[in-house]
Amino acid sequence: METIKLKIDNKVVEVAKGTTILKAAREAGIHIPTLCYLHLHDLNIENKPAGCRVCVVEVEGRRNLAPACVTECTEGMVVNTHNIRVLNSRKTVLELILSDHPTDCLICAKNGNCELQSMAQEFGIRKIHYEGEQSTYREDTSPAIIRDIDKCIMCRRCEMMCNDVQTVGVLSAVNRGFMSVVAPAFEMNLDHSVCTYCGQCVAVCPTGALTEVDHTNSVIRALADPTKTVVVQAAPAVRAALGEEFGLEAGTLVTGKMAAALRRLGFDYVFDTDFAADLTIMEEGTELLDRITRHLNGDKNVPLPILTSCCPGWVNFFEHQFPEMMDIPSTARSPQQMFGAIAKTYFADKIGVKRENLVVVSIMPCLAKKYECQRDEFATDGNPDVDFSISTRELAHLIKQSNIEFNELPDEDFDHPMGESTGAGVIFGTTGGVIEAACRTAYELFTGKKLQKIAFEELRGMEYIREATIDFNGLPIKIGIAHGLGNARKLLQDIKDGKSEFHAIEIMACPGGCIGGGGQPLHHGDSSVIKARQKAIYAEDAGKTIRKSHENPYIIKLYDEFLGKPLSEKSHHLLHTHYFDKSKEIKTVE
Amino acid sequence: MANIKLSANKLDELREVCKSFNNEKGELINVLHKAQGIFGYLPAEVQEVIARELNVSVAHVYGVVTFYSFFTMLPKGEHPVSICLGTACYVRGAEKVIEEFKRILNINVGETTPDGKFSLACLRCVGACGLAPVVLVGEKVFGRVSPDGVKDIIAEYAK
Repeated sequence: METIKLKIDNKVVEVAKGTTILKAAREAGIHIPTLCYLHLHDLNIENKPAGCRVCVVEVEGRRNLAPACVTECTEGMVVNTHNIRVLNSRKTVLELILSDHPTDCLICAKNGNCELQSMAQEFGIRKIHYEGEQSTYREDTSPAIIRDIDKCIMCRRCEMMCNDVQTVGVLSAVNRGFMSVVAPAFEMNLDHSVCTYCGQCVAVCPTGALTEVDHTNSVIRALADPTKTVVVQAAPAVRAALGEEFGLEAGTLVTGKMAAALRRLGFDYVFDTDFAADLTIMEEGTELLDRITRHLNGDKNVPLPILTSCCPGWVNFFEHQFPEMMDIPSTARSPQQMFGAIAKTYFADKIGVKRENLVVVSIMPCLAKKYECQRDEFATDGNPDVDFSISTRELAHLIKQSNIEFNELPDEDFDHPMGESTGAGVIFGTTGGVIEAACRTAYELFTGKKLQKIAFEELRGMEYIREATIDFNGLPIKIGIAHGLGNARKLLQDIKDGKSEFHAIEIMACPGGCIGGGGQPLHHGDSSVIKARQKAIYAEDAGKTIRKSHENPYIIKLYDEFLGKPLSEKSHHLLHTHYFDKSKEIKTVE
Repeated sequence: MANIKLSANKLDELREVCKSFNNEKGELINVLHKAQGIFGYLPAEVQEVIARELNVSVAHVYGVVTFYSFFTMLPKGEHPVSICLGTACYVRGAEKVIEEFKRILNINVGETTPDGKFSLACLRCVGACGLAPVVLVGEKVFGRVSPDGVKDIIAEYAK
């Protein structure tokens, strides 16, 4: 490897050729502030438009200051990262950004979590010396995401996520100069665009320009209403991240504390989405086996591979962009929706509460879930199966507002019957988890044998596209996994072109899976946080006594008492769905 | 499912243009240039088709269309009015001429009157600096235009 020697702040540094000044400085332990720059190295995601100019440094012999994020080191270079010229320039740059930014920090959704705010604090900005017009733009509210473009600093992180990582292509910089904004085509609102609500734009937005639609007040109102019985479900990825909002190290599991907090918030029944994940496996796993068996028996009308359908961002993606492939995803609803459907029928009957008096709240690492629960097909007579979906971040706010000392809480269990889950349900929260859970059950149902080893290590990891073959008693089952919609697109295109043959494919819209979801505590560019959450998820699974969905006693009971068997008529009615072509067609007119 | 509507021969022509640039992403500006030549402007439908043909997002196409002042999403009027803002015209009061056009036609630069008769645009130097300030209506050049003369130019075409 060719290396280069240079001096940064009088320190001799040796780096690989092609290294930027920013990276070289960081390797040498020198902190250069950045704003628009974002690097999630574990996920291979980088944004460096050199737009904000906060990272400028002085390079001796060069007339202008250089943006450290894009300037490559050269042999013998002498760099000053904090002399008076650099510090003054940075401060000016920041003041100029702030001069076109609302100063309503106290009531901003990102208050205390805003990178621009932290930087203003770090730089000791006390006065903005530049007065002038401020750009104004209408606020855009969709079912899941709010765009408040007045707070946008044009860092272009959202654009990079939407286009390069997710390949959804909703956001682009439009217009020119002072009028430029990041917006969907024709500046339409998000809900008219092909937005999947994956929320990755929100996850990386440094300011309050992109935030989730906040439903905490609706939840508080439901909890305060004596006529309502309020049931809560918490998704697997939430327990692996919620602790971060309370100062705990990333990867700290807070399952028991979360259950305790939910109970103290006043929920009448504290349940677990993992229970519904087990139910999903029963339906989806059976569907997988059914399709494979029929396919092997020569029924060529049965489409393979089967694609998972738990991820609402992914569902939105194929409805918009791959409508011709709508027959291959599983028809199984997501765990959130299965939970809602069972809660408002089976469980409501059990406790003798009318559907309209039962409120189902879900805690999700996801913003697309907000949209999913509002879909018309998931409501009966206008009453939705899941009333409100709030994110991990919103739950943290709710707990803080309610005078609950989270870290002091005891570990408590979920309630029965919909709080009992297996290790298979937990791993739904990470990339590779859904398909591993499906394999655990499908293998045993198909072969009639007990699994020797429950963990399928070959399905785990963080690589974007993974392939593995699982031996089902002599029958090789080919599995594909993709996380991040851009990678899902690649995999889908290969299937479309007949280049790859899989029996089953798991797709999750967010990089890392739900643990990296758009509703999770903000990682602020540190991708090791997502890795730590993944580790936590597998640790929770390993610690469970029951680790296969079909062995969940309450799931067995649910089929005995209510559903009959997987893919039964009742199951189809309550637990399966259909998809809609949302693409635009080019039509000719006279 | 929403539809994008275009007449069949225009659609074919547009696809032909994209094809002539090998449907390459990097040729977006050239494709838009030609497309505006065909349609006179770049309506949303045209941008949707181009996005598909070149395999880029519509948002990206719209971003480029809104970035360059040459591109317009509004149809030009029957009589497109262009006012030169080159240095010579500018110092001889072109701005006041623009203001007068804007006032009488009641539209802004880049817009078209509701009856479709006039549209207003600015351009840089037509090489007739001796006649500054210069106004073009369609192909016809008007020289030494004063704000007072604007109403006569409009009257000439308003019939």
